[in-house]
Amino acid sequence: MKNVIFAGVGGQGVILASKILMQVAMNAGYDVKESEVHGMAQRGGSVDCHVRFDKQVYSPLIEKGTADFVVALELLEAMRKLEYLSPQGVLIVNRLKVNPAPVEAGIAQYPDDIESWLCSNVPHCHVVDTAQALKEAGSSRALNIVMLGVLSNFLEFEQRAWEEAIQQSVKEKFVDMNIKAFYLGKSIPVV
Amino acid sequence: MQKKVMLGNEAIARGAYEAGCNVAAAYPGTPSTEILEAIAAQYPDIKAQWSPNEKVALEVVAGASVAGARAMAAMKHVGLNVAADPLFTFSYTGVNGGFVIINADDPGAWSSQNEQDNRHYARAAKLPMIEPTSPQEARMYTRLAFDLSEQFDRPVIVRITTRIAHSQGIVTLEEPCKPELKPFVRNPQKYVMIPAHARPRHVFIEEQMLKLKEYSNNCELNTIEWNSTKRGIITNGVAYQYVKDVCPDASILKIGVAWPLPDAKIHEFCSKVEELYVVEELDPFIEDYVRALGYKPVGKEIIPICGELTPEIIDMALNKKRPKNEIPVYSGSIPGRPPALCKGCPHGFVFEVLKKLDVVVNGDIGCYTLAVLPPYSAMHTQGCMGASIGMHLGFEKARGDEMARNSVAVIGDSTFVHSGITPLIDLVYNKGTGTVIILDNRVTAMTGHQDHPATGRTLKGEETHELDLELLCRAVGVKRVRKIDPKNMEEFEKAVREEIAAKEPSVIISSRKCILTK
Repeated sequence: MKNVIFAGVGGQGVILASKILMQVAMNAGYDVKESEVHGMAQRGGSVDCHVRFDKQVYSPLIEKGTADFVVALELLEAMRKLEYLSPQGVLIVNRLKVNPAPVEAGIAQYPDDIESWLCSNVPHCHVVDTAQALKEAGSSRALNIVMLGVLSNFLEFEQRAWEEAIQQSVKEKFVDMNIKAFYLGKSIPVV
Repeated sequence: MQKKVMLGNEAIARGAYEAGCNVAAAYPGTPSTEILEAIAAQYPDIKAQWSPNEKVALEVVAGASVAGARAMAAMKHVGLNVAADPLFTFSYTGVNGGFVIINADDPGAWSSQNEQDNRHYARAAKLPMIEPTSPQEARMYTRLAFDLSEQFDRPVIVRITTRIAHSQGIVTLEEPCKPELKPFVRNPQKYVMIPAHARPRHVFIEEQMLKLKEYSNNCELNTIEWNSTKRGIITNGVAYQYVKDVCPDASILKIGVAWPLPDAKIHEFCSKVEELYVVEELDPFIEDYVRALGYKPVGKEIIPICGELTPEIIDMALNKKRPKNEIPVYSGSIPGRPPALCKGCPHGFVFEVLKKLDVVVNGDIGCYTLAVLPPYSAMHTQGCMGASIGMHLGFEKARGDEMARNSVAVIGDSTFVHSGITPLIDLVYNKGTGTVIILDNRVTAMTGHQDHPATGRTLKGEETHELDLELLCRAVGVKRVRKIDPKNMEEFEKAVREEIAAKEPSVIISSRKCILTK
């Protein structure tokens, strides 16, 4: 069983990223399930998607302490999902701070030590810098696919399979752009 | 056979299509909204529509059914409250073409004002209710529901929850069937519920429910999966999937027919297992029933009534297993990320003004309910769709004229059309003098931008008559109606001051498009 959580902020496109992962897993012959959040969470709230694939999958939700990967598109959102990681689980987190409404309103503070704390307390933590890739992709909206590209280095699926899954999951006119973003992400050095 | 990854709600749309559903109606509501959207986008032959509210949607569907078509209504759990009146009596009339109601409960209240468990409706209204545990079953059960409806002459409720509606899985697609319209035969004894007709229909539906109990006992929707008999778990809906993961060795009675429950299968199961558990979200609906049959299952003493279940909650309750990883707890404080009004949202201007004026705000259901939170903190009551205006009048009745001079009701355009019109009539009729602000952003925003009668567009994107809110308010007797762009905050503030000071009913239509629409 592979358990992957995508976490981000409403509007960052974690649902599309998880959809592509599901597609690639299904094409490879796996059973897949996913669970996502709609409604209130879309108004700038936290959004997460749980994706699971294996020969047979029952629960669409990942049990806490069993996630193989948490892919966080924002630093605070990574913090909220740590309890899902398995002891061997890998955290991939984008070096990005998006202020939540209470911070914008001046009634809460964005902690300034999140990145260093994660690096020293999460056994398998990879902080990635997507700034250059997003610049080359031409849009910060490609972040979800760039992060999917980073994740792909940890998974078994071949490049061709990812391209096919992207083709099946996005509108035709966005296919090339997304494949480009995917490879930009894939080539980000993971340290 | 073609396979596709589908959202539970898309799978329901697919099931309706495969069953030859002819008419579908709904009012948007999380987590049910995508059902009608998927029908409109993917199955153009189905006459699909947004109705002004769930009651009307259910009545349109009832009409279509009696007229001979297969028809389906979809709504969130609280939507069924709105539609409860027709629900209980269409139970008596029964159906002609298959009549299916999709009901989406929201355990955890992800996007709702409560966590009600609508299985109680099936029992109360004497209707069969079936419950899928996955998107694949959502397609199958929706399709099946149409057949059951015609076979037993009952509207059939398909109950899903947020985790079925908004989870994806692999769905196998089947060929659609194309049922002919059934003839409409005039039959007032069946379709006109005067007392003389209702009494014999009550007898009839009790008989039908006995037949359905027989069906429930024998059908594959209620299945015993034998394993070790040391531990037996009765479960339903998405909880079934969690149980499969965390208790792989247990025997399971999977309940797919939530009502009527299968007595014989419950007896068979309970008599053979050593430890008996019921794992169900929200109320002890199955558990109480099993107790009434004479068994003593472990249920709500270890499985919470409140909130959504998760695999770890069940693992902890049944196996005493805590999630494990050794990441320490962060000592600082992690600010939450509550949903908030978008930057530039027209509601924001309105609530800036209301906050400044420090008036009591009777609120309603929509994005603007977020004004209860900082930075506005400018909403003081809210209950259900349309409640703002009635409560506003109640405040005035209780506390007098002074109250009306220091308060407003706020309600969105879609919510106003849904159920704000009758309370506005009440406000005028019963000599209220309060001010109602219609937050008209030209869309049902919260649920993801659906059209409604005042946008002049249908679910299918066709142009139609655009309900004139101003004219409507004048027609019910409000003489002071003004339309103002709230971005002009100075003018808006002046208008609010003047209208709440006026000792007669008034409506301010705050007119500015949702920032997320083009």
